[in-house]
Amino acid sequence: MKIAITSTGNTLESKVDRRFGRCSYFVIYDTETQAIEFFPNPNKNQIEGAGPASVQVVASKGAKKVISGEFGTKIKPIFDQLQIQLIALPQENKSIKDIIDLLNHQN
Amino acid sequence: MPRPKRIRKVDNPPHFKGFSPIGTTNKNEPVVLNFEEYESIRLSDFELMGQMESSKVMNISRPTFARIYKSARRKIAQALVKGSPIVFEGGKVYFNSDWYFCKTCGCRFTHPLKDQELKYCALCKSTEIISYEESLNKDENKLTI
Repeated sequence: MKIAITSTGNTLESKVDRRFGRCSYFVIYDTETQAIEFFPNPNKNQIEGAGPASVQVVASKGAKKVISGEFGTKIKPIFDQLQIQLIALPQENKSIKDIIDLLNHQN
Repeated sequence: MPRPKRIRKVDNPPHFKGFSPIGTTNKNEPVVLNFEEYESIRLSDFELMGQMESSKVMNISRPTFARIYKSARRKIAQALVKGSPIVFEGGKVYFNSDWYFCKTCGCRFTHPLKDQELKYCALCKSTEIISYEESLNKDENKLTI
């Protein structure tokens, strides 16, 4: 299963971005192959509609879960329709590596 | 970055998508009424609750409720006077039991595949999960949102 994580940079030490639509980078982590892919968010500097546009980006990569700090108001109904699970983290200062370790705890 | 909005709880979302005016030919831009605004009208003017009571139902503060209610009334007035359609859409809301809360890692997550039973936290696979609403009632779980 592919999992998308929002990131502030393109290294494993980068923190999870608190925003979803205008995050700096997306990380696609594949739980089966352990592959990690970083790519910059094309909607970072959009004035309007960054959230829905980012949803399309994440969905086109085939992610089934999305991890971010917080999600905006327009996002949840779209993700529900696409049957993608949202995970919002209340704590700050979690790095991408921490998250991937957490995901690997799964049996 | 400002503090993220607290998620508003909506008990009864409308079962239709909106209203359109009768007998006008000119097509006005629709007025978008958020679900939280719809809920504030429902609680205040349909259930006839006070603001204090309504704000508790929606899990927000009394002044926030007043702001949402004010914005709802203004939008409806706009639509009535100008003859614009009203559509219900968006808003930072959660419907009953939409969000879950994990007591181990403190994350909040959704469960879109309703036909499958929810057993584990989506992030850390802990079985210590409760609904988001329950987490608000307990002080030790209080989130800073």
